[in-house]
Amino acid sequence: MVRESLGQILLSTILSGNFVLAMFLGMCPFLGVTHSVSLAFPLGLATTFVIVIASLSAYVLNIILSMLHLEFLRLICYIVVIASAVQLVEMFVKKRSPALFRAMGIYLPLITTNCAVLGVALFQTARDYDFAQSMTFALGGGAGFTLALVMLASVRERVQLSNVPDMMQGTALTLMLAGILSLGFMGFAGLGG
Amino acid sequence: MMNTNVPSTWEEFTEGLWERNPIFVMVLGMCPTMAVTVSAINSISMGLATTFVLAASCWLVSLLRHAIPKEVRIASYIGIIATFVTVTDYAIQALSLSLYEALGAYIQLIVANCLVLGRAEAHAAKVSPWPATVNATGMGLGFTLGLTMIGGVREILGNGTFFGLSLFGEHFQPWVVMVLPPGGFFVMGGWLLVFALWRARKARLAAASAEGVQHGA
Repeated sequence: MVRESLGQILLSTILSGNFVLAMFLGMCPFLGVTHSVSLAFPLGLATTFVIVIASLSAYVLNIILSMLHLEFLRLICYIVVIASAVQLVEMFVKKRSPALFRAMGIYLPLITTNCAVLGVALFQTARDYDFAQSMTFALGGGAGFTLALVMLASVRERVQLSNVPDMMQGTALTLMLAGILSLGFMGFAGLGG
Repeated sequence: MMNTNVPSTWEEFTEGLWERNPIFVMVLGMCPTMAVTVSAINSISMGLATTFVLAASCWLVSLLRHAIPKEVRIASYIGIIATFVTVTDYAIQALSLSLYEALGAYIQLIVANCLVLGRAEAHAAKVSPWPATVNATGMGLGFTLGLTMIGGVREILGNGTFFGLSLFGEHFQPWVVMVLPPGGFFVMGGWLLVFALWRARKARLAAASAEGVQHGA
């Protein structure tokens, strides 16, 4: 297997292989908290932070587990580490900005069950990334996730002002908007390999 | 259990199947819904794997509901779910390697399916093992049904086949976008639209017949 360069990984995770729009990781917050940009952006940052922590711990854990031949425990270890990292972020946000903490509500602890976080850990293991590649993959993934969240949120803010048929309101409309965004991102296919 | 307020086993089972379908009504577990529904057979396998994990986890969570302290319940549930997902992952790998490769990391990602944790927390932790398991099985089958409905449409439009059987002959020009990521969003949105139309029609008919009765009287 040809090793991908760091630039390639970064570019492909943000654009052509965007976590949300091309790989369908992290759909729940994508459909749930994208009412407004002011909410989507901090949640994207919090998720990025958790993704990087998770990727870092997954890398270390993977080395330890393969040394001990305990690969079947991988999934359980990953998810426990992710849950702890989320707890950390939750305490941090609660202390720094109680208003934001209330606004994000259930979606903050739900980062634990965000597929994007676990997905990064699993994909980097499956693809045999080394340390630098894993970190780039995690950072790019987080940035791509934030980008997709903010883009959908800004589209939805504008659509609220326009006249949409009653039938289309709600999830159906969000899904159609997401589909069009995803169609746009398909134009990046081939970038970064 | 003799109380009339307690739903019967059959009601527990059918709750998730249609009325509160996990995909179309509760909109839970979206990641696998979009990612693996490129063909009907993938959708069914994914749905059944999720059903097994859901039913087994809900059974164990319900069994241990008095033993798990409230403070660490989420972590405990996640541990239970991860265990069953690991079992499923290895079982599928042993049974069918081609299926395992088609579903890829998404089998392990069942851990992060909000449907499983959501049902463990909202239902299984409050009732005894039998109704919890029955309800979870119903939910899982409802999930499978939803996945297959999306996967079937995507396979027919994007590939011209249904369960691998060619439908339109060899001159069919496949609508490739439908098996690519945007197709997942469009088909799911389309189904929701169909249901909204159907509900609106039913409400209109009900209103019309109520009016008719009034005029008649």
